[in-house]
Amino acid sequence: MSDYDPVEVTPLHADEVSRMEADAVAAIKAADDLDALKQARLAHAGDRSPIALANREIGALPPAARAEAGKRVGATRKAINEALAARQAELEAERDARVLVEESVDVTLPWDRRPRGARHPLTTLQERIADAFVAMGYEVAEGPELEGEWFNFDALNIAKDHPARSDHDTFFVGSTESGMVLRTQTSPVQIRALLQRELPVYVISPGKTFRTDELDATHTPVFHQTEGLAVDEGLTMAHLKGTLDRFAEVMFGKGISTRFRPNYFPFTEPSAEMDLKCFVCRGASATPGNPPCRTCKSEGWIEWGGCGMVNPRVLVACGVDPSRYSGFAFGMGIERTLMFRHNAEDMRDMVEGDVRFTLPFGMEI
Amino acid sequence: MKVPLSWLREYVDLPAVTAHEVADKLTAAGLKLESITSHGHDVKNVVVGEVLAIEELTGFKKPIRHCKVETGEATPREIVCGATNFVAGDRVPVVLPGGVLPGGFEVGARKTYGRMSEGMICSERELGLGDDHNGIMVLPAGAPIGGDVVELLGLRDEVIELEITPDIGYALSIRGVAREAATAFGVAFRDPADVEPPADTGPSWPATIGDPTACDRFVLREVRGFDPAAQTPLSMRVRLARAGMRPVSLAVDITNYLMLELGQPLHAFDRDKLSGEIVVRRAQPGERLETLDHVVRELDPDDILITDQSGPISMAGTMGGLETEISDGSTDIVIEAAHFSATGISRESRRHGLVSEASKRFERGVDRELPLVASWRAVQLLAELDGAAVQPGVTHAEVEVSPARIAIPSGHPGAVAGTTYSKETVVARLQQVGCVVVDGDDAAVRRGGVDPTGVVTGGELAAKLAVTGDDMITVTPPSWRPDLTDPNDLAEEVIRLEGYESLPSELPAAPAGAGLTEGQRLRRRVGRALAGGGYVEVLSYPFVSAADFDHLQLPADDARRNAMRLANPLSEDEPLMRTTLLPGLLKTLVRNVGRGFADVALFESGPVYRPRESAPEAAPVLGVERRPTAEELASIEAALPDQPLRVAVVLTGEFERSGWWGSGRQASWADAVQAARLVAAEARAELSISADQHEPWHPGRCAALYLGDTLVGHAGELHPRVIEAYGLPARTSAMELELSRLEAAMPGPVETPPVSAYPVATQDVALIVPDFTPVADVEAALRDGAGELLESIRLFDVYEGEQVGEGNKSLAYSMRFRAPDRTLTVEETTAARDAAVAMAADRVGAQLRG
Repeated sequence: MSDYDPVEVTPLHADEVSRMEADAVAAIKAADDLDALKQARLAHAGDRSPIALANREIGALPPAARAEAGKRVGATRKAINEALAARQAELEAERDARVLVEESVDVTLPWDRRPRGARHPLTTLQERIADAFVAMGYEVAEGPELEGEWFNFDALNIAKDHPARSDHDTFFVGSTESGMVLRTQTSPVQIRALLQRELPVYVISPGKTFRTDELDATHTPVFHQTEGLAVDEGLTMAHLKGTLDRFAEVMFGKGISTRFRPNYFPFTEPSAEMDLKCFVCRGASATPGNPPCRTCKSEGWIEWGGCGMVNPRVLVACGVDPSRYSGFAFGMGIERTLMFRHNAEDMRDMVEGDVRFTLPFGMEI
Repeated sequence: MKVPLSWLREYVDLPAVTAHEVADKLTAAGLKLESITSHGHDVKNVVVGEVLAIEELTGFKKPIRHCKVETGEATPREIVCGATNFVAGDRVPVVLPGGVLPGGFEVGARKTYGRMSEGMICSERELGLGDDHNGIMVLPAGAPIGGDVVELLGLRDEVIELEITPDIGYALSIRGVAREAATAFGVAFRDPADVEPPADTGPSWPATIGDPTACDRFVLREVRGFDPAAQTPLSMRVRLARAGMRPVSLAVDITNYLMLELGQPLHAFDRDKLSGEIVVRRAQPGERLETLDHVVRELDPDDILITDQSGPISMAGTMGGLETEISDGSTDIVIEAAHFSATGISRESRRHGLVSEASKRFERGVDRELPLVASWRAVQLLAELDGAAVQPGVTHAEVEVSPARIAIPSGHPGAVAGTTYSKETVVARLQQVGCVVVDGDDAAVRRGGVDPTGVVTGGELAAKLAVTGDDMITVTPPSWRPDLTDPNDLAEEVIRLEGYESLPSELPAAPAGAGLTEGQRLRRRVGRALAGGGYVEVLSYPFVSAADFDHLQLPADDARRNAMRLANPLSEDEPLMRTTLLPGLLKTLVRNVGRGFADVALFESGPVYRPRESAPEAAPVLGVERRPTAEELASIEAALPDQPLRVAVVLTGEFERSGWWGSGRQASWADAVQAARLVAAEARAELSISADQHEPWHPGRCAALYLGDTLVGHAGELHPRVIEAYGLPARTSAMELELSRLEAAMPGPVETPPVSAYPVATQDVALIVPDFTPVADVEAALRDGAGELLESIRLFDVYEGEQVGEGNKSLAYSMRFRAPDRTLTVEETTAARDAAVAMAADRVGAQLRG
């Protein structure tokens, strides 16, 4: 500041200041892109701009004149800055409109570089069923697929001469005298659960099972079942019905219940066949005059599985006192459930492993 | 069991209900409807005609007749007919033009063999009456001309086919189904077995029971002067046919008819072909019998036989012998009715692959009180329908049997059901079943006689199954219900007759469960991780062949060749249980590729079956009267193979797809190894990888997967020979690891890592090592050398070329350092890096690249 001349105050004249503002505004208006505006900002609002230089002169004025000059210069700077900001906004908007349009892409292009896989619907369906029972307090029990004959038959009260024990139905391992079979049902897991766990027992056991059927649209020698078992004091057939009604509702929605018909299984007494109220027509198709239903074949009910009160003979074979404990058991085919729940029509598709069959089922079912 | 409704109505006063309503009630009682077939309802305009004149047409390949038939219309009809078994004056069924035969077959007037034919003269088969198509059906002479044949012959009927569960053999009879129907509708039942044979007047053909465990009642009656040419009445033939049995001859038809009606199988012997006393016994070694089906059967010492002086004459309850069979010339007939061991017949039938209507009934349990009645009705019918003379006398050999009595509290059925039935209801329902019910606790085990159903009773078991309580009642099941042995059997009878539909529905209060186990969660996570990673799950059959082991190039002594063998595989080609998941996966991969999918990645998770060393060949089959001891259970487990859970992947084609963005990336050994890491990560395990040579992998592209010191699996590219053997695309890669091992080693909960807010310091190093040095070793050395300040390390370049010299490679790492409590100085970071490089130099001879 030492070299400045307090006498030279021309830049602070009102005319001069007005001219600076007019010049600046004109230059700002003339700037037609952001670079030009940057130049205009330097020239008219920068440290070396006329108005900045004029500002420095204020100190040289007599004190009486300073206030007025300061006000005048301040107003002008404000006006210039406002003009700059306005033009900046205008030019940025113009640039965005232009550049972002240039950068636009076709978002409908496919992007399947890493296609997802999927889990098998029989796996996820077993999990879903297990989860329904886990939510009711059950635990998931497991057992070997290559099983002792005693577990698979005798302990389940299936007599030595029962037709199911012949090599026409059952895969024997080694020889028919080996006492080892590929389990024909998940029921041997019931026996293992009763032998291994403390009472009361509430278990659900999904798994793979085997029978000597040739593969066709409705049979497969390797299939899946899910079996439930509850053994406790005071369990009744009403509890079995209540449990399966609840399960039907969880799997198929409110208002879907089950129906029992007498049947025979060696390991339950009394025994019942369990039907599911059709979850598509809700039973309506069985009444004449209503549209037909392909899911239940217009019967109103779908055969789902077998159930009953655990035969006290089974409890005895596991060392459970039938005068104190009673139980119920139930089981259903997973392939069959997949067939009616998802309109899968051919069991071969479940076996062959064609990716087109499995992919739509994703991670959960 | 096929039940013609008309037959059923003979013994039950059914109300005016449809066959469907009857079937629904029976289904609700446990006799499940299979199908309903309607007969005769679609038949129209079939009338009785009298053949007035027959003109034999000539010049055709077979005899053709042109007949004039009086049908009661304005003028006789002219009808062309190819049969020759009728004469003028016979009355025959005629379907008039516009008429309809069973199956909706419409008949019109048409020109044939040069003549007009106004309708058709019908055979039995054309009327849906049976298989007889040998000629025209000739009606009785008194049949009214123009009369409706359908009415006349009673052709209209409904046949209800029921699925009969194996416990209720009595329902394999009209008698049994009628009893159930009567109970279901609450109407009267007339028992077709309710006949009183006259008091014994001395024995018939001599017979004894030689083995009381084979047969406990054996009855013979005789007729003489039987006319073998006698015809079975049409009504009987129609019923037999509709019940699913082929009419044969009068004597055989009568035995079959009574078997269907009563449930008692009967056998007819030609008296002239019998010699000496009949003995019921087991077979002796070396005995043989040629049965009715002309098969000579080697008999087993366990087979139950009817024998006479000449040796075996019939396989009891299964099939008769050819030698003593009644024939076209038989005039004197011996009728046999007996009660055999259910298990005995079941074994015999299975052993010889011979399932007959008789064996089906015997193995399910036949009413022991029927033989006297059924044999009496048989000789009565032979006399009535044929004029044969019933010989007085009956041979009745029997073993004394005292029936079982079951005692239960009257409240037991309600306690099982979860509801309350009054004592009156319980008693009334049991009486409808045929039980005798008295107050008090007077249980008794069945004694004497044969095994009636195959159900083991008595002994220790009876006491364990006994139910006690207030208001005991003692129940004696009827002779036709040998399946009722336990308290719960009686409960089921009451509950099913009261109706399963009236059971209450109540949720039990299950105890709080623990949810899924860690292992179960792990298996789900692994499945999701692999599916998310691009793999599609398959569930292939666990059956493999020895050829698979060859295809996999397994050495002769490879443990995986030691597989469990099925005694009765579906296909002799695949008799073994898998010891590796790969064959199933590879075949599925080939199938997908064959169907046009070049880029396939599959996974499977499941057990393999690995025989244990020195395992016993057989698992004992224990008793069921008590809980087995720990030793007994262990003896079963010892024979079973180890069944560890494995997971495997196979992949081919592009793992990352080519597209408009550029080219993709082929699936390779590295993806297979990465799949193993993906699985291990779900088990919170870090695998160490090392090079290995292990079939079926490419010897230079095979990684052994270790968890600590434990080998858990392999991954890499498959051996070119394996690829060729399975017809796989080149460079197919695979991974297999034993999930059970990861599961067993799962660590506890994750420790939260410290998250430092101080800045990171990055140092890059390039190391030159001999090209055979495993990268994993270099990285391990750098990590160990760098110490705790190292946050992460990443290999970002591998270079082989002139600049690093022959036989060397350069590995470029980016190392990130960070301290939890301060900003690192350059000196600290450099010191850590230098320590890392020094460790690498020390362990693998790495040199810092200049």
